[in-house]
Amino acid sequence: MASGMQEKQYTPSLLSFFVYNPTFGPREGEEEKKILFYHPSDVEKNEKIRNVGLCEAIVQFTRTFCPTKPAKSLHTQKNRQFFFEPEDNFWIVMVVRNPMIEKPNKDGKPPTVEYQEEEILDTVYGAVVRECYSMYKLFNGTFGRAMEAGGVELLIQKLEKFFYRYLQTLHLQSCDLLDVFGGISFFPLDKMTYLKIQSFVNRVEESLDLIKYTAFLYNDQLIWSGLEQDDMRILYKYLTTSLFPRHSEPELAGRDSPLRPEVAGNLLHYGRFLTGPTNLKDPEAKFRFPKIFVSTDDGYEELHLIVYKVRQTSVELTRDFCEQLDGLVGPQLTLLASDICEQFTINRRISGPDKEPQFKFIYFNHMNLAEKSTIHMRKTASVCLTSVHPDLMKILGDINCDFARVDEDEEIIVKAMTDYWVVGKKSDQRELYVILNQKNANLIEVNEEVKRLCATGQTEDCFTTLRTVSVAGYHDSISVMQ
Amino acid sequence: MGEEHYLELCESPVQFEHASNVNNVFFDEANKQVFAVRSGGATGVVVKGPEDKSSVAFRMDDKGEVKCIKFSIGNKILAVQRTSKSVDFINFIPDYPHTEFTQECKTKNASVLGFCWTNWNEIVFITDQGIEFYQVFPDKRSLKLLKSQSINVNWYQYCPETAVILLSTTVQGNILQPFAFRNGTMSKMSKFEIELPVVPKPAKLSLSERDIAMATMEGACKKSHVLKLNTTGKFALNIVDNLVVVHHQSSQTSLIFDIKLKDPDCAVNTHQPVLPARSIHPYRIPLSGVGDRSVKLPPTVNLLQDKGKLMDFLLRRRDCKMVILSVCSQILEGGEKGSLPVVATVFDKLNQVYKEYLEAEQTYTVAMESGPSRGSAAQKRPVRTQAVIDQSDMYTHVLSSFTERKGVSHKFIIAVLMEYIRSLNQFQITVQHYLYELVIKTLVQHNLFYMLHQFLQYHVLSDSKPLACLLLSLESTYPPAHQLSLDMLKRLSTANDEIVEVLLSKQQVLGALRFIRSVGGHDNVSARKFLDAAQQTGDQMLFYTVFRSFQQRNQRLRGSPNFNPGEHCEEHVVHFKQLFGDQALMKPSTV
Repeated sequence: MASGMQEKQYTPSLLSFFVYNPTFGPREGEEEKKILFYHPSDVEKNEKIRNVGLCEAIVQFTRTFCPTKPAKSLHTQKNRQFFFEPEDNFWIVMVVRNPMIEKPNKDGKPPTVEYQEEEILDTVYGAVVRECYSMYKLFNGTFGRAMEAGGVELLIQKLEKFFYRYLQTLHLQSCDLLDVFGGISFFPLDKMTYLKIQSFVNRVEESLDLIKYTAFLYNDQLIWSGLEQDDMRILYKYLTTSLFPRHSEPELAGRDSPLRPEVAGNLLHYGRFLTGPTNLKDPEAKFRFPKIFVSTDDGYEELHLIVYKVRQTSVELTRDFCEQLDGLVGPQLTLLASDICEQFTINRRISGPDKEPQFKFIYFNHMNLAEKSTIHMRKTASVCLTSVHPDLMKILGDINCDFARVDEDEEIIVKAMTDYWVVGKKSDQRELYVILNQKNANLIEVNEEVKRLCATGQTEDCFTTLRTVSVAGYHDSISVMQ
Repeated sequence: MGEEHYLELCESPVQFEHASNVNNVFFDEANKQVFAVRSGGATGVVVKGPEDKSSVAFRMDDKGEVKCIKFSIGNKILAVQRTSKSVDFINFIPDYPHTEFTQECKTKNASVLGFCWTNWNEIVFITDQGIEFYQVFPDKRSLKLLKSQSINVNWYQYCPETAVILLSTTVQGNILQPFAFRNGTMSKMSKFEIELPVVPKPAKLSLSERDIAMATMEGACKKSHVLKLNTTGKFALNIVDNLVVVHHQSSQTSLIFDIKLKDPDCAVNTHQPVLPARSIHPYRIPLSGVGDRSVKLPPTVNLLQDKGKLMDFLLRRRDCKMVILSVCSQILEGGEKGSLPVVATVFDKLNQVYKEYLEAEQTYTVAMESGPSRGSAAQKRPVRTQAVIDQSDMYTHVLSSFTERKGVSHKFIIAVLMEYIRSLNQFQITVQHYLYELVIKTLVQHNLFYMLHQFLQYHVLSDSKPLACLLLSLESTYPPAHQLSLDMLKRLSTANDEIVEVLLSKQQVLGALRFIRSVGGHDNVSARKFLDAAQQTGDQMLFYTVFRSFQQRNQRLRGSPNFNPGEHCEEHVVHFKQLFGDQALMKPSTV
């Protein structure tokens, strides 16, 4: 690029987000009734109706080709729309503006805008829309439930209340493959410590009837979940990307005050509630916990979410009560936390010094949702930082799409523009993506290198080495892109 | 619930005519014999022991009031004391002269307090001035003094099991001097003092033989133990099944003390009774009776509230197994709130004993295997007491019925099973497969597959072929079980054939082929099996690939791509030709 001409890069951003139900305003002139939520709210009414109508038409039109699978997204030059029907006749639509580059022009002409319409991935943003719904459902129950309880008015109210805040926390520019997986990071632990945790959880649940389910996390990683997988998946997402970061920030800020050493035999412990009362001693404290909805054999049940934290360990407990919990759980959990902490240090030691490795990887297992990434930095409330170039992340996403197309095990090796090698392997229900920084390596060498990596077991979820059963040393397909 | 009795007399107590002015009754602790002496023996002496055959009846001349009468061991010689100076002897050995013979005590002016048989022909006289140890020669009708010792004696006690005589000395009587007798030798043991609660002034005899009981108990009890009776009056002591039983005369109740049971609330060696006082189970005795007492365990269960303590107590008893198992069932069935910590404590206590036994057993096995080279005679096979409750005991008598019980929440069932597995792991005991099966069965029954998945992830349920097969069978209800199972087989590393079978059955022929190659088993694998599976898929390209791969193998191994007749692949060759023509077959290379 010529010097002095500053290019300006724009990342994908949210243009609009709306929820509608076509059955609510079938007659002409009643179109507005279909719209249950519209962001941004300051859009003129007719435009809202037009946009909703367009989506409705596209879905209706594509349905004629495949009645069971109507369109999921619409690609245009400037933006991309994602359609999702979470419940019968309820549609969520998200419109994302394509990333673009603004090139200044000479002679004072307005800058040329170049849209990069192929840069964003359907799978990634499709997953984001689904997650929006899951998150709503976690805290509010289904749309149908609100309808039963208070009709359209209540639903509109709930949608407004929830999405107004939630959409502000969407960071579309940093969405990537991990959003597609929506995985859970598990904490590796030895059997004995794990059994101790089991024992602890069982005792707590037994002595406090109100507790229905317990999840146990350490350092943002899951150790035990009494909730079903799908509920845990979304709750995990909420905890690790929203609740924990919100609370850890003030914690980190006040770091100078050193933690007092434990006094043996004393009830002194480090426990505190992340939801509900911040100080139990405070007589004014309000004992209110967020409500969550989890699935049961027949429908949903409404529970209270109680998050209790000791150092890095936190336990989510659902339902109502408090000092009792504090007294019972606090001291025991403090002890357990130091047990686990020990394990953590051991794990660290095994994994060796924190030096930049020659490769980075993402691992995901569809069966248990276990995910592991050395590409992503620690998540914070605001952004999810990756340590590699977005182009590489895009390649990972593309490979993932390829994998999704067929059931067979596959392996794809890609040479990226930036001299990186990207390798994707899919075996049974597991996927592994490796980014190698070996500029001069050839295809065979890269293949050997990845084989070697798999053998070292570094790329395992904490439970099993990536099964070489059907992966190692055989290629169903190799595609090289230069 | 009525009064529960935890002590009872043995089933057949010794019955005898009660004492009267014509009938004197004596009890010999050593032989457990009761002597009923009618009219000084003239109208008969009836001896009854715990066993019927030890009963003897005879007559002897009335030479004055009998003060003490005892048989030597084996009923060989009868010793009768009628005066304070001498003891008379009568032979009961057939063919020996029956005429009585007498032995006076050697010490002048001493009076005989009593005597004890320490062997069939050895006897000890205890006088107020010392002890005299004699050997009896029944054939010669005489005694020979083996040893004597002068010492002032107030009273004595004899423990027949150990052949130890305890003498009370000094004015207050609280310095006790034991002597041990063995094979014609007498050895003085170190004396000891019993602390008196109040030292009387002027000094007088303050400790009587009623205050002392001697017994042998398992294990070394170096220090004395203090039993808190919390009541006053006359007491008698017994030792039953390693328990100290204190009978309180006036309240007619008995207290039980387990001196190994440590009470954290008290000083180290102070003991509270483990159970509330109860009388011995009433027994209708027509005349008078003496019997061995025994401890009935089941009633103790309800009297001891602290289940951990109860387990400590039960684990040290003789016939404890079924009682312990029923206590376990009872705790689980109660399902009271907060019972999990109790369950945990109980499991830990049981497994502690179990582990100790397993270790002893292992040490023994290792010693046996290493050969009888060194000190093997000293190696004794560890005795498996009833207190060793293993996994199969728990499974059969407690856990399997507990998991099938209706009305118990599955949460509690799983918690209990996990608690037991935790406890076993904590003591590093290998968990048996049937326990895992029980866990899996319970989880599957309640559709708790995600929990199962997590347990397997963290290897709480250890890998094994049967477990992997069980998981495979769950695949239809829970698809991820397939992956879990394969992973497990892979980790076992001895199940390569099974993995191939599983993959082939899922029509993952290439996967199976790749796997068998990766583990280096390609050369020995049956080609027919793979070709069959490939043909079944109906995928022609797949069949081609698999066929080719085996041809290449043949080429490499035998220098020819053809299949051996033994491999039975003729039909596959025909099929291949049909699909792709003769030309497609690999030609034997000339190289």
